[in-house]
Amino acid sequence: MMLRRVQYELAGRAVGPLLLRLEAWQRARARRGKAAKQSPFAPPLECTRKLKELMSLHYLRGRYADGAVPVAWVTSGFPVEILRPLGFHAVYPENHAAMCGVQRIVPELSDAVERDGYSRDLCSYARSDLGSVKTGKTPAGRLPRPDLLACCTNICQTVLYWYRALADHFRVPLVLVDTPFVYGEAPPHHERYVRDQLEEVVRAAERVSGRRADPEELVRAARLAREGARLWGECLATGKARPAPWTGFDGFFHMAPIVALRGDEECNAYYRMLLDELRDRVRRGVGGIRDERHRLLWDNLPVWFAVRELSTLLAERGFNFVCTSYTNAWVEAGLQVDPADPLASAARAYSHVILNQDLRNRLGILTRLARDWGCDGAVLHSDRSCKPYSIGQVDLKDRLAKDLGIRVLLLEADHSDPRAWAAEPSENRLTAFMESFPS
Amino acid sequence: MTAAAAVGVDAGSTTCKAVAIDRAGRILARRVEAASPRVEEQAARLVAELRAEARGDPAVGATGYGRKRIQAGRALTEITCHARGAFALAGRPGVLVDVGGQDTKVIKVGPGGEVLDFAMNDKCAAGTGRFLEVILARLHVPLAEVAACAAGAARAVRVSSTCTVFAETEVISLVANGEPLEDIVKGLHVSLASRVAALARGLGGGEVLMSGGVALNAAMVAALSEALGARVAVLPDPQLAGALGAALSVL
Repeated sequence: MMLRRVQYELAGRAVGPLLLRLEAWQRARARRGKAAKQSPFAPPLECTRKLKELMSLHYLRGRYADGAVPVAWVTSGFPVEILRPLGFHAVYPENHAAMCGVQRIVPELSDAVERDGYSRDLCSYARSDLGSVKTGKTPAGRLPRPDLLACCTNICQTVLYWYRALADHFRVPLVLVDTPFVYGEAPPHHERYVRDQLEEVVRAAERVSGRRADPEELVRAARLAREGARLWGECLATGKARPAPWTGFDGFFHMAPIVALRGDEECNAYYRMLLDELRDRVRRGVGGIRDERHRLLWDNLPVWFAVRELSTLLAERGFNFVCTSYTNAWVEAGLQVDPADPLASAARAYSHVILNQDLRNRLGILTRLARDWGCDGAVLHSDRSCKPYSIGQVDLKDRLAKDLGIRVLLLEADHSDPRAWAAEPSENRLTAFMESFPS
Repeated sequence: MTAAAAVGVDAGSTTCKAVAIDRAGRILARRVEAASPRVEEQAARLVAELRAEARGDPAVGATGYGRKRIQAGRALTEITCHARGAFALAGRPGVLVDVGGQDTKVIKVGPGGEVLDFAMNDKCAAGTGRFLEVILARLHVPLAEVAACAAGAARAVRVSSTCTVFAETEVISLVANGEPLEDIVKGLHVSLASRVAALARGLGGGEVLMSGGVALNAAMVAALSEALGARVAVLPDPQLAGALGAALSVL
């Protein structure tokens, strides 16, 4: 136990940074002498290096976490900050699955569980996570074994069955936070129901970690979580500038800390740095793409394995995704967390996430984003894997086009399984969409 | 005859089309051929033929799936080109239905020939010309005789499946059950038309115009008109709309 703890701390504080510096030096050496290719993008944000370091260290520490500190595997919509005071190392299978998506290893991981009878119609995140657990294959080196599984149904019902499968595999406790779907506003009895479950979660997590939750620590974590959401919101808001200092697709990568390190000071420190750099770009008039002529809104998860191709196709023609409903989701929820009453406010905040609310609310969010960010078009990604996010998009498309007079495209894809992606027709459709804008 | 000012090439999945136009946009010469897998060579040859026939030193515009492989001053998607070409041929805006070899496009064309909105069949050839081609071949009905065959039907047999592969299986069992050939052929057209009509209705109102090779099939035009409850206007030279749009884009 003691030895594991020393390894865990060393990985994060000494060995990790050294390895990363070595890697950066090797990359810089390999780049030397090569002429810079004409790119439609501005030079990468300085912070990107720091982001990579932060997330790599998180995963590196994770390799040594089991046996050193309590480990929880959590869904992206779970109020993770209530676990922070108990010293949990949090692993996000969805964040990990996104990494698998970027690295295009989802088909291989998915095949492994499809052989066990899991349907290809299941979410590709669930399939790749279960496939990674089964085969041990992961781009993160190694994921620590969980002591606790923490699942909140505010993003979908799939997570419930997915985490049950994990609980069955690891033979560890599963805590479930059930958040009934919200039409308009959640009534008081709904919020009480969710808060009661959160109290149970804290007790279960205390049993697993062998520690008592310090109420002051809980307040501190809630404050940090809210501050993180505020800072992340400020970063996204810089995209309102013309030209936007970064692309919405950059945001997909820079959102990793608010998802995985929410309630942690290093998350907030990172966003303070990012915010400084973005504001500096705005002051200097530097855009995320070199020639911004049109500004688009993106709805739904990214197409992780094709982010680069898509953003290049668009940037070459002067189109930038200046905002996305997905990255914005972590602002909306986090701002409602109130340190004065961490559990009650979390019950409220996490019940009102975009995917747990009716279509009228989603239309309201998309309309506000498109207006505030000055978008003249929107692309709604109809995500084969994420039904809750994709349902209703045909109506959303019509309403956005009618209400705002903007052009809207429905694009069929999947967030991480390239087998559900038809590159040529999709590229063709996006190109036709871009051609339809007045030049 | 005036000299050619522009040539447009539409390298589609089934056929390759090319037109030469004068400065006023009038079609001077045309070619329609089965698509060759060697797009570059085919396009270069067609351009050379049209240059020889219509004379002049025309600029070249390209569209269709093979557009990136064609030596041209400008390459645009077939959505944009069909809208432009159809607008020029019809002289008015509307909802353009283009049933091509491998995709079905429905385009809302604005008052200036611009694309206001569009929808396509997704990752599935069930609503396309290929669907008819595959199944008619299975039934041994030559394309030239399709319209007469469907016109002779007493009723349309219901073809429920909308997948090309499964529909083929379904049609085989209909034949085995002794359904008359004419009724099956009509049923196929009704099935395809209902799919296309759903796409077209999704883009709102307006006169429905039709282009693409399938517009030459009178049975399909009749079935689509019936499905929409309004007469569908077939463009003159419906197969050439894309190539014409490509030519107009470099005028």
